[in-house]
Formats: sequence, structure tokens, C-alpha cells
Amino acid sequence: MKYQVNEKGYYGEFGGAWIPEMMYTNIEELKTRYLGIIESEEFRTEFDKLMKDYVGRPSPLYYASRLSEHYGSNIYLKREDLNHTGSHKLNNTIGQILLAQKLGKTRIIAETGAGQHGVATATVCALKGIKCVVYMGALDVSRQAPNVKKMKMLGAEVVPVHSGNKTLKDATNEAMRDWINNPEDTHYIIGSVVGPHPYPDMVARFQSVISKEMRSQLLEQTGSELPTRVLACVGGGSNAAGAFYHFLDDEQVELIGVEAAGKGVDTNETAATLTVGSPGVLHSARTMLMQTEDGQIIEPYSISAGLDYPGIGPLHAHLHKTGRAKFLAATDEEVLQSVLLLTQKEGIIPALESAHALAALDKIKMNPDDVNVVNLSGSGNKDMETYLNYFGY
Amino acid sequence: MNNRINQLFESKKENIFSVYFTAGFPKLGDTVKIIQELEKNGVDLIEIGMPFSDPTADGPTIQRSSEVALKNGMSLKLLFEQLKDIRQSVNIPLILMGYLNPVYQYGMEAFCQKCAEVGIDGTILPDLPLDEFDAEYRKYYEAANLHNVLLITPQTSEKRIRQIDDASAGLIYMVSSSSTTGAGKKVEDFHQDYFERVQNMNLKNPRVIGFGISDQATFANACKYAQGAIIGSAFVTAIKDSDNLEKDIATFVKSIDPGR
Repeated sequence: MKYQVNEKGYYGEFGGAWIPEMMYTNIEELKTRYLGIIESEEFRTEFDKLMKDYVGRPSPLYYASRLSEHYGSNIYLKREDLNHTGSHKLNNTIGQILLAQKLGKTRIIAETGAGQHGVATATVCALKGIKCVVYMGALDVSRQAPNVKKMKMLGAEVVPVHSGNKTLKDATNEAMRDWINNPEDTHYIIGSVVGPHPYPDMVARFQSVISKEMRSQLLEQTGSELPTRVLACVGGGSNAAGAFYHFLDDEQVELIGVEAAGKGVDTNETAATLTVGSPGVLHSARTMLMQTEDGQIIEPYSISAGLDYPGIGPLHAHLHKTGRAKFLAATDEEVLQSVLLLTQKEGIIPALESAHALAALDKIKMNPDDVNVVNLSGSGNKDMETYLNYFGY
Repeated sequence: MNNRINQLFESKKENIFSVYFTAGFPKLGDTVKIIQELEKNGVDLIEIGMPFSDPTADGPTIQRSSEVALKNGMSLKLLFEQLKDIRQSVNIPLILMGYLNPVYQYGMEAFCQKCAEVGIDGTILPDLPLDEFDAEYRKYYEAANLHNVLLITPQTSEKRIRQIDDASAGLIYMVSSSSTTGAGKKVEDFHQDYFERVQNMNLKNPRVIGFGISDQATFANACKYAQGAIIGSAFVTAIKDSDNLEKDIATFVKSIDPGR
């Protein structure tokens, strides 16, 4: 239980609920009710059924033999890219839409960067017939046109956000403002393990299905529930939280989070929060942040819109601080090479985000008998335009 | 020495006119001038906004003024520098208002000491919740004779209002409706029943109503239910293109309360 949230919402020194009074009633309601609801048998039954029949779980754990040969070690891929909507994001939105219904909410809001969480939210709102508003930075709206159209087709209203750098951070600000203006009928589906308590814990619990399945699949395929290491990319950190969750207390399992270095951690164009950041308070949590010495938030940069966030979930800040997980950073260039490698070795085109985890395979020492599990959090379908431009096909 | 906020509410029980502006806006060097002109025109209490890159409780007007102020080069360090002699010319209470992170980076203890040194009487930090304040920061505030002003909203339960009243020693900031600042909700949208409910609770602290107060009518209406009201976005808009702060501030104050 060393790495679980405490009753005040902290992972060590990180987390909490640094909320304005305008959000107090909603957060207090969530805080007092979320565990009771999500641990109830009725909720579990409905959640598990949707995970199986709608999301398509369990997602396969695939032994990547040609990639393993390339690295001289055993590489397994947890295929979250095969979920409905093409990423791990749906695990969380299914959980939260069921929770929102139990709380009697009739309107859903969400923020999105690359659009994956927006699509996953619009999807569950269509599934349940609930009104959905998605905030998206105006720059991301133009960068991610297919996902914007998908959300609209699913019946969601997509609101372009013109403040700040017009990306994920600004979309999050605007979603929070919406919640402040609509405190009674609305539930805010945060897409990552960020924001005020209980969001980081709640989202980690919904995503923990990833590592739960990994354990039983590893047992079946390798004879042991425990791998040597688990690798996952980290922006806010929801897929990593899910991939690490059921291994946190098995200290012999090495956990590796991979941040987006952008053009390099020593440049101004990076999103590697743990490498360049310092503690602060943003989006209602105390965590590691990219900021100036005056405490203004620095706009991050990454080729991957889904990792383009100046903070990180408080769980990861804690895992970093305690040394329980190791965090590396991969540059845009390294990531694109990893995309091509997986595509041509295994016939799987990964999302830019997920390819950060793959890029870390070049940065660590692996023994021939090691069991390495890479969480392949999303599919590369949404990134085809970037790939085609870069590789020149 | 008594805190100036307490002195104000002891000497004046109604129609307290309070103005918010963003430090560093419209021009970096306007801070002291704006404060002096507001006092000269009869404003009772001022909230000096410390700009932040991510003002999640603010609407478009204050988002923009904050962005411009930061581009102009405003920082907490510079603000304190600008305010260092403010007590030689200004007597009304001054409150710093903003978000926690810049203060957190400055260091809460150093921040409180600096507030005492320049003559700041209180702070409003919406994302510093009461329990965190009590646990970590109250001691620094008390040592600096500084009040932490807490907010209540139409959703705040009676029990929580009592708790906030007990924890406050200067005033309570009543958010008029469920909104971010400058949301432009009309007087008739205000939660009349919320105003009356709180008015009848006989709280020990005086109250000022803020958010959505923008003109003479909304100001007068708010003053019926509390000791005073705060105007922010409407003032920021009034001075945004000003090339004559003296004249524009006088005109603005008169437009809200012709009696000043």
C-alpha cells in the first residue's frame, strides 16, 4: 500500500485537492462517493461486461518475436491499441460515464489534446445518450482534424480553446471553467491521472485493468505473473498508471516511464516534466511542473499531442521521488525511428505516444532472459499524416 | 496594530466599494497609479491581481489582462518592488489576489513577510483550500498580521459556511453565482435566496459580493445583501485602452456609484 493514495489524496508529498471553493461541492461528492460506487457489485458487473463486450478486453499480450530478436531479449506488447477507439482511453471513460450516471449527472465535459480522450468520451456519451462537450485547444483542433470530425459525428460538441498556447493545458483550464459555471448537472471526465483528488486514484483504478490482465497473461505465457520490467509512456500518465498499478508492491519488477523529450531535454522544446520540472500546483494538484522561477507554467512541446502536458500525475511524481519507477525521456527523432522499427518488424503501427515507450528499449540494458512488457497504449492510425510526411511514403 | 481590513469594516458597515485590477495591465508601470487613483476617487478596498499563466477561475477579460501583464514582464518580485513605498501615499486596505503557484514558488513564508513589509492586508488565493491553509500556512499569515480571505458560493453548505466563518478574521468573499469572473450573468440571475440565506446566518465576518458585479444596478443590488461588492472584469475592461488613467478611473467609479 506504499504507493496508494492516502485519505487526504496524497501520494507522498504530491497530489491533494487544491481546488477553488467553486469546485468544492462537486469534488467533495466525488471524494465521498467514488469508492462506494466503483466497488459495488452492480457497478463492477456493468463495468466488466462493457470492458469485455464493448471495449473488446482482455487486450492481447503479444510476444513480439522479431522485435525480441532485434533486442536480444524478450519483448511483450500489451495491445491497448486494439481496444475500441484505438487506445487505452476508453477504460477510463467507461468507468467515469457509469459513475456519472450513478451521481445523477446529465451532461459530460472533457478536455482533449490529440483527441483520443475526446473521442473516447464522445463514444461513451453516445453509448449512454448523454450530452457531451469536449474542450480542445484551437491548435490541436487544426492538427487533429479527423478526431474532431469523429467527435462531432458521435454527437459531441467540440469547443476550440483560443487561450494560452491553444493546446491541452488550455483545454483543461477551459473544462475546469465550464465545471465552475455548471456545478449541478455536469460531470467532468478528466482523461488522465491528473487533477484534484480523487481523480488520479479513480482514473488509475479504471486503467488498472491493464496490469491486472498482464499478470494473468504473463502467468499463462511465461509461467510467472511478474515480468522483469514494464515500460510505458507518460504525459499525464494514465496508461503508465494502469500498466504499473498491480506491480507497484512487487518491488522486484522494474517500472520505467518514458516522457516526451521533444527536441531534447536541454532545449526549450520539451515535455519531459520530471527531467526539467519542479514541484508546484496546477490543475488542482501539487505535482512536478514545467515552470519559470516565478511560477508561471511553461508551454511544453512534443511531436505527440497526447504527451504535450506541462505537469504529470502525482502518482508518477511520487514514484519518481521514491525511486520506485525510473523515468527516461525519448526525443521526437528517436520515437519516429521506433515507430518504423515496430511497423517493419511486427506489422504494427504504434501511436506516437506509445512509441516513446518503445524508444526506451534502446536506452536500457536487457538480459537475454528478461521479460520486458511494453504497454502499447494506442494505435498509429491517428498519426498517419505525421508518419507519411516524415518518412516520405 | 489592527489590520486595515478590520479597521475598514469597523468604521464602515455598508456600500463598501472594492475594485480588482491586474497588476502590470494595461502597462507594466501602472500599478501604483491605479491604486492611488482608486483611493482618490473614494474606493474603499483594492484587490491587486497577481497574474498567472493559467487562471482557471477567471473568465476571458481577466485571462487576457493576465496574459498581457505577463507579457509586459510582471512577476511577484517586480510587484513587491513596485509596491515598496505604497504606504507612503495610500491608506485603504490592499489585498493581493491570484493563484497559488507563483506564491508557492516565491515561498509562502517569504511572501507573508514581504506582504507585511510593504503593507498588504490580506490575500485571496482561490486554489488554496481551507484545510491546506490551516495545515501549512496559517502560522505565516498570523505572524504577518495578514488575512486569508476565503470564498463561498451558492453551492456552499451551511455547515461549510460556518466553518469558513470560524476560520476567517477579515471578511468573506461571496461569489455571486456559480461562475468564473466576468461571466456576465444578469442581476436577476443572482441567487437571491442564497444572498438572503447567508445574510440571515449572522456570520461574525463581514461579506463582500463579487463575480458578475459590473454596473450601478448590480453594485447597488449586491450592497443590499452584503457590506459591499467587488468589481473586477468591468474595471479591467474600462481601463484596457486607457491613455488617461486619472480621468478614466474617476469616470468608472462615478458610473458605479455616483455618490463617490
